[in-house]
Amino acid sequence: MAASVAEDAQGPGQAGPNHGLRIFLIWLPVAVAADLLLYFVYGPHMPPGQMSNSAASQQFDIRVMSVLAAPVMAFVLIAGAYSLIVWRHREGDDEDGPAIFGNVRIQTTWITVTAVIVLFLAGFGTYELAWPGFAGAGAGEGPAPIWKPDGKPLEVQVIAQQWRFTYRYPQFGGFETTALVLPIGQPIQFNVTSLDVIHSFWAYQLGVKADANPGVNNVAYTTAQQTGSVTVRCAELCGLWHGAMYDYGKVVSVASFQSWAHQTETQLAAVTKILPPYATTYDPTVIPQINKAMAKAGIAGANGYYYPPNDPVQP
Amino acid sequence: VSLPARVVTLVLAFLAVAAVAVFVVVHYFLGGPPTVDYTSDVTADTGATVHVVMQEDPQNTVSTHPDWVSYFIQNPKTHAWIHTTLFKVPAGSKIDMTIYGYDGCTPLRNQVFGGVSGTIGGVENVNGKPVKVINSWSGCNVAHTFSIPTLNLNVPMASPGLTANLCGTSPCTSGPHETVTFSFMSPRTTGDYFWQCRVPCGGGFVDGFGGPMQTIGFMTGNMEVVS
Repeated sequence: MAASVAEDAQGPGQAGPNHGLRIFLIWLPVAVAADLLLYFVYGPHMPPGQMSNSAASQQFDIRVMSVLAAPVMAFVLIAGAYSLIVWRHREGDDEDGPAIFGNVRIQTTWITVTAVIVLFLAGFGTYELAWPGFAGAGAGEGPAPIWKPDGKPLEVQVIAQQWRFTYRYPQFGGFETTALVLPIGQPIQFNVTSLDVIHSFWAYQLGVKADANPGVNNVAYTTAQQTGSVTVRCAELCGLWHGAMYDYGKVVSVASFQSWAHQTETQLAAVTKILPPYATTYDPTVIPQINKAMAKAGIAGANGYYYPPNDPVQP
Repeated sequence: VSLPARVVTLVLAFLAVAAVAVFVVVHYFLGGPPTVDYTSDVTADTGATVHVVMQEDPQNTVSTHPDWVSYFIQNPKTHAWIHTTLFKVPAGSKIDMTIYGYDGCTPLRNQVFGGVSGTIGGVENVNGKPVKVINSWSGCNVAHTFSIPTLNLNVPMASPGLTANLCGTSPCTSGPHETVTFSFMSPRTTGDYFWQCRVPCGGGFVDGFGGPMQTIGFMTGNMEVVS
């Protein structure tokens, strides 16, 4: 019945319209326009921005993904709309269409195109991630990173604790502060750890997100490319006041950073003196001085520490 | 089952769910400790001085968790001690804080919070003596901290020590204690400013701030800044 309806419309002996070509001709300009708009107009404003090389790298990845995804979405929408209009149900048309059997050309094209796309993306992604001189993923690489930036990085230890981040600068006497200040243009090595539960250090504009786990040093790299403010949030539900665990860091010129670091080192000297020696991780249950005092007073736990070995006890 | 029975069952089930919802809203969202108002007779943004008085105790007056460590805030008019951690101050004012420390000691998890920050002059006064740092690992001398992260305010609370015969009934009016005073400027931006203690002072919570450490009315609260 469908065939007869089509023949009625076109007249006997005439070939049917090439629907594939029609859809392609509608889709092509839409896809090209969408890609151009996404890449060149909206692309530079896509998250997380271009404040660091890792952020810019992530933004580029999102732009590439958008450019790949937009034509697919356009095709689905256009093919769907075309189907609804051209192949809609008509009065008296109650039969199925003709059965379609294997089409070698279509299958070969489909498999070849998808294989090329997948292999290209695998190679492209690996190259972007691992090639020296690029930005890495901006994520924590664990205690022994396989990718490192060129040059000597500035080390900044990120210590997470409920519900605040503190930052320690081992190359400036090991002072610890609640302020995150970073220089522009210098590779930065974040050593991320926790003193209590699981947290996640997320410096949004820098494109850095690294898990902060107690007893683990999670290393992440970035290089800031622009000065400005950085929003830092905990990205792992870490307790009732997880939502209050945020602060704002800033990227400044190298001269300003050096000035701030030396000034802060001096200002915090008295506090730095009572901090434990710099280490990549800390065990807050081991407090040598106080443990001795507690043991002497007879109130230490069975393990000799102030905190008994059965901690934590949750209600 | 007859139609009337079904209707009655449905209505009863609906009422039961509605009752639970009302209880949750009233008990958990609308309930909670009161807010002590320190804004009377003070004009915001004039730099006027407001005196806020608090105490931290080894126990509290709540029957459900009587052994949880807790802050109390003094009503400025009646001078009665209120079991709460919510207080209201005017914006742009000088806040003079007095905190009586009746609780025992616990070492800080992170010694950096043994340093005073965010106060006027960068100091606190412990029994009238100016102090910039308290080393909680060298002796049993810190009970809690009063910290407002967004203002970078952190003040360690001195403790009467390990061997002190601590006050056993809250609110404490006698017994060994330390008096801590400090001042800071309230921000000009109105809103709620979350504050907390940074000592794992709820026994048994060393690996995380549970119990009193995360519960409003005990060791965490809000400073409401109003215009």
